[in-house]
Amino acid sequence: MTGYILKRLVSAIPVLLGITVIVFLIMAMIPGDPATAILGSYATPENVEKLNRDLGLDQPLVARYFIWLGNMLTGDFGRSFALNRPVIDEVLDRFSATLVLAGTAFILCAVFGIIAGVVSAARQYGFADKAITFAVLLGISVPSFFLGMMMILIFAVKLRWLPVSGMFAIYGGGDLPDLLNHLIMPALALAVVATGVVARLSRSAMLEVLRQDFIRTARAKGVGERDVVWRHALKAAMVSIIPVLGIQAGFVLSGAVYIEMVFQWPGVGRMLVDAILKRDILLVQGGVVFVAACYVLFNIAVDVAQSLLDPRIKT
Amino acid sequence: MTQGILNWTRRGVLAAGAAMSLSLGAVAPAAAQTPPGVLIVGQIAEPKALDPAAVTAVNDFRILMNVYDGLVRYKSGTLEVEPALATGWEISEDGTVYTFKLREGVKFHDGSDFDAEAVKFNFDRMLNEDHPYHDTGPFPLAFFFSAVREVEVVDPLTVTFTLNAPYAPFLSNLAYPTGLIVSPAAVEQYGADFGRNPSGTGPFKFVEWRSNEAVVVEGNPDYWDGPTDLQAVVFRPITDANTRTAEMLAGGIDLMVEVPPVSLSEFQGDSFTVFEQAGPHVWFLILNAKEGPFAEKAVRQAANYAINKTALVDNVLEGTADVAAGPTPPAFAWAYNESLEPYPYDPDKAKALLAEAGMENPEVTFYVTEGGSGMLDPIAMGTAIQADLEAVGFDVTIETYEWNTFLGNVNPGLEGKADMAEMAWMTNDPDTLPYLALRTDAWPDKGGFNSGYYSNPEVDSLLEEARVATDQDKRAELYKKMQTIVQEDAPWVFVANWKQNAVTSDRVENFELQPSFFLLLKDVVKN
Repeated sequence: MTGYILKRLVSAIPVLLGITVIVFLIMAMIPGDPATAILGSYATPENVEKLNRDLGLDQPLVARYFIWLGNMLTGDFGRSFALNRPVIDEVLDRFSATLVLAGTAFILCAVFGIIAGVVSAARQYGFADKAITFAVLLGISVPSFFLGMMMILIFAVKLRWLPVSGMFAIYGGGDLPDLLNHLIMPALALAVVATGVVARLSRSAMLEVLRQDFIRTARAKGVGERDVVWRHALKAAMVSIIPVLGIQAGFVLSGAVYIEMVFQWPGVGRMLVDAILKRDILLVQGGVVFVAACYVLFNIAVDVAQSLLDPRIKT
Repeated sequence: MTQGILNWTRRGVLAAGAAMSLSLGAVAPAAAQTPPGVLIVGQIAEPKALDPAAVTAVNDFRILMNVYDGLVRYKSGTLEVEPALATGWEISEDGTVYTFKLREGVKFHDGSDFDAEAVKFNFDRMLNEDHPYHDTGPFPLAFFFSAVREVEVVDPLTVTFTLNAPYAPFLSNLAYPTGLIVSPAAVEQYGADFGRNPSGTGPFKFVEWRSNEAVVVEGNPDYWDGPTDLQAVVFRPITDANTRTAEMLAGGIDLMVEVPPVSLSEFQGDSFTVFEQAGPHVWFLILNAKEGPFAEKAVRQAANYAINKTALVDNVLEGTADVAAGPTPPAFAWAYNESLEPYPYDPDKAKALLAEAGMENPEVTFYVTEGGSGMLDPIAMGTAIQADLEAVGFDVTIETYEWNTFLGNVNPGLEGKADMAEMAWMTNDPDTLPYLALRTDAWPDKGGFNSGYYSNPEVDSLLEEARVATDQDKRAELYKKMQTIVQEDAPWVFVANWKQNAVTSDRVENFELQPSFFLLLKDVVKN
């Protein structure tokens, strides 16, 4: 097992290097430069040239790439032009906020998705199945940012039950209840689509397992239906559900971009959007590489979990 | 058998529901009122830094103007300078030496003294590449003071600025945020991190900056111009305009700036007050006077007649702007030519002018931006302008670009690429825009912003003369003459002057918007 994990980690290195090249080239190729973005209307060629020199952007492309990569290997991600603070501080701050939001949404989608899928499969064509299937279809079809805006309108502006936006109350607050209060709407809005996807796939995975011989054997032995479904069948179905969860984790992470914009959640998605608009090259590069590295690691973890569950998967 | 599952399911649903309502119930009532004495301001973005020399955005200025003072400031409600940290000044006969008397007994928030050495430190840091703290930059707007040759300390309360040449906008540039005075002791202590640990002399002291959440400042009880009644101000960045509107409606913020035109109707009624203030802003179309149809003055004038500016400001901008008459916004009251009437909407006249120029259906490429500082609603405006021009015979092709790309295309000049382009400027002196964008010596190849290659020797000499005249009446006369000529020559289509807006809740009193577009909160009361 250790060998397998090591092998997977080593194979992640070229992936990450590839990502650094791609994100660097994209930022170098898109029109507009940070000096123009910072100077705005005052971007005379002379001012732009001076500012580029101050920002170290007057060096050749290849040199800039290797300087950036070299610094990054020593843990130095550089300084954000637009925020005037070290990239790594900003990325870690923002990423922890995203982790709270996306993590909550992920747990919600995994728990409710699997429960809905299992119930639906166990009661195939029954009322519960039909109701769940309908709700799932509805959830998958509503864009999360629209749902978010509607939630703000109803629960924050009209009913005033929940705060509109942000992660903590702006004055006072800052404790756990305050965080939960701010987390409810964005986490739900973010989880809805993913829950639908997980529910659908759990349902079909369960249906397949429930038709297999060992389930019939279990029932014939007199095992209670609850145990048959939740212990025997679900365990077998998890092998096909876990990779879906891995994909949904990526989905929740990328969906967080819209939700963070709508709810002004101080996360990494909103940070990247702002940074791209301001041509904040180092912040975009550092942020993308960091998020990509986390995603790659998470997928390795999913693969490892899967191979633990199912010994047939070659290690 | 199946009964068991159904039971479990029911129980499960009940349990989940109970858990949800518990977690909802456990949390404090959400829509907590903001506390009295604490003003919460909805900003449009996270500030870049709180170092006035290092920033360029109006969004950042809104905070800075409350934490720092300059040597001079704009008199409330005008764009004319009055004393602030300087109690008075003298200008030498030839207009190159400015001597300032400084206010006595003023201290920075960190406890250090404000004096002539501090003033010298500020300008040397920005302008002198050998200054030990020049590396706390970059200072993108340092060229506002590029006319300054030397700053000298005469005595602790007297400082002189020697300029390379007479430069009339100097005083008004000092009133701009780039001229705000920072504490040298704090710069020495924090170095490059000064922008996150600011210290000035202003009515509010910096307390904390929680990244992407809030900048908090508190009242300075020792303020030289009388302390504020506010206990604290919290600046909250809310980049999404819809979310900002929702926060205002829900009572999460007390004051909101830059309300989107479409949201203004939400704030009618007694619980909100909407403020409007015309500022030194002009929205125009640059016309390529070097080549193509707009090389003809008659065609440029035809475009000015063809576009229904009243419909643009009333319908597209929902009344958040006035029709512009010429290149200088009326907010510069002292320099604005009142006798100027905007080009009326007259499609027949436009058609006649086109016929006269022998071009019934000129083909025109039109650069439109997706957004950008001061650009208002550029896509909708671009489309409406296209329709108006086509109605009189123009054949208009729109090319749309994202803001930074757009600037990269427009600033180097329109030659060989386009015939017209949208543009907007916000300035602090009537000199800035025409000097940088209408002179022959400001063509892009000479480093200026005259992207449409307008050239009129008479305008050139008026602008040069106004820049070195130190007498304001004399300057006013020159600018008024310039406006008349430029309006007639029509190097641009003059479209709109933006009115900045803001909304306050009914708990906020004594708020006023300034024509400078700065946000001054010292006198505000929050109940």
